[in-house]
Amino acid sequence: MIALVQQDGPLRIEITEGVIEPLPFAIPTFQDESGTAGAIADEISRVIAADLSGTGLFREIPSTSFISSVTNFSAPVAYPDWKAVNAQALITGAVTESGGQITVKFRVYDVFSGAELGQGIQIVGTTAGIRRIAHKVADTVYSRITGETGYFDSRVVFVSETGPKNARSKRLAVMDYDGANVTYLTDSQSLVLAPRFSGSGDRLLYTSYETGQPQIYVMDVGTAERRALGTGGGNMAFSPRFTPDGQGLIFSLEQGGNSDIYRMDLQGGGLQQLTNSPAIETAPSFSPDGTQIVFESDRSGSQQLYIMGAGGGEPQRISFGPGRYGTPVWSPRGDLIAFTKQNEGRFHIGVMRTDGSEERLLTASFLDEGPTWAPNGRVIMFTRESQGSDGAAGLYSVDISGRNLRRVPTPDSASDPSWGPLQN
Amino acid sequence: MKKITIAVMLVSALALTACSKNRFNGQDGTAGAGTIQPGSANDPSSPAYFNQTIGDRVLFAVDQSTLSAEAQSVLTQQATWLSNNPAYSAIVEGHADEQGTREYNVALGARRASAVQSFLIERGVAPNRLKTVSYGKERPLAVCSEESCYAQNRRAVTVLTSAAGS
Repeated sequence: MIALVQQDGPLRIEITEGVIEPLPFAIPTFQDESGTAGAIADEISRVIAADLSGTGLFREIPSTSFISSVTNFSAPVAYPDWKAVNAQALITGAVTESGGQITVKFRVYDVFSGAELGQGIQIVGTTAGIRRIAHKVADTVYSRITGETGYFDSRVVFVSETGPKNARSKRLAVMDYDGANVTYLTDSQSLVLAPRFSGSGDRLLYTSYETGQPQIYVMDVGTAERRALGTGGGNMAFSPRFTPDGQGLIFSLEQGGNSDIYRMDLQGGGLQQLTNSPAIETAPSFSPDGTQIVFESDRSGSQQLYIMGAGGGEPQRISFGPGRYGTPVWSPRGDLIAFTKQNEGRFHIGVMRTDGSEERLLTASFLDEGPTWAPNGRVIMFTRESQGSDGAAGLYSVDISGRNLRRVPTPDSASDPSWGPLQN
Repeated sequence: MKKITIAVMLVSALALTACSKNRFNGQDGTAGAGTIQPGSANDPSSPAYFNQTIGDRVLFAVDQSTLSAEAQSVLTQQATWLSNNPAYSAIVEGHADEQGTREYNVALGARRASAVQSFLIERGVAPNRLKTVSYGKERPLAVCSEESCYAQNRRAVTVLTSAAGS
């Protein structure tokens, strides 16, 4: 990844391979235009700055080094003052609050070209949603400078964990991508595993032991109402993911100790067996165009990655490096597959092309697993669990070049993240 | 947002409680040598005898679900005990160590539980008295991150239930 700053051309970060020098930006605290929105303007400005800095592509210039202040959103920008502090991008904004409604206006400037980058934009929301407004502003700035879609106004569902290692309690929770606004979706009475967002972000699939057996449930994220998907017959069902159209799922079903991959619709009909081997077949994930499925199988003698057609058929093995590979997830852009790799006692999160070439390991630790893609396919979140009797799991993110490894804050231990889409 | 926390799964909580009540945990056999204290680990008809004297669990090698000679010996005695004590059924729980991905370990635990179930059926236990469940790596017994703990966690445990509690 590289921050290519062309001081004579338009402001631009090209996200490619290479060394990165984060692009310096200034964000003077947004103006309070209603006289009642000072705290809100401050919070919005801070969230935008945290979003941009958190990518590793941008670096915030501290306000203490500013030469000029912005006192009027409409006044001309003093470019020389921002050039002097080496701010390559300048973000200005103003907030109005009226009866619980928040209006935010903002502009992005390319300081060295002395020009506004795109048009000014106005976003309207409520006081309850000011972080989302800020994320939308940051998504717009990110998009204008990188040319890529952003990922800040998105949510992550995960498993919140408490209790000692030999008596862990787990419950489903959903939060903003940056760890804010955690809401719990189940209590901790039943063991739950690996929730997965639908493509539209309105529903989840997950595995719960509430009947005593692992079974798959679908939940409405807004109401937390859930129902069991009758996968049948007291057999264990687990590792679900939605089909790209959101109408069905693929998952593992165990029969007589053997796990194969099946597809069915969300109404419980149309059960279709996609693999048929005495090996362990699990962790299926659709290509975004719905034509192919990547999954893991130990049919070769160890866990490896395979791709088959949406209707099953003879799979092609794509992983051939040393060690074992599991939990493949197709990127939302369709170009890469993220996976967990286990080799010589270490775990890695990695990516490879869909033909298995250009494998790249992004992380290494005692236990990293379960990657999930940011909606723009540029960042991966995953579970990292520490070693030993006090070992605990947390969420981390890393970009697809292996840079910018960060812990995602959660109130308790956390595992199994699934990153939802950019919200509307 | 307020509604979300209300979705408490009361039904499942009750079901789990009922289930655990039907389990017979081992009791400490405090009887002196040569005497048989009913219900203790030296009373051959007691669950404590099954759990402690025979042993309620068998262990597996890394990634494997094959039954060692030692495991087969334990399971043969389990089968005999179950044949002699028709009031009990069992759930075979399959487990894995933490050195593996979550889904794979659920599938691996299912293989292990099934291997034990099949063996017990071959030795004459009626199939309808045996269920299986896999917990993957979710319920470790030993918590260190070393082979000494992993070896204890790669297990299948035959958990007795009352026959009525199906």
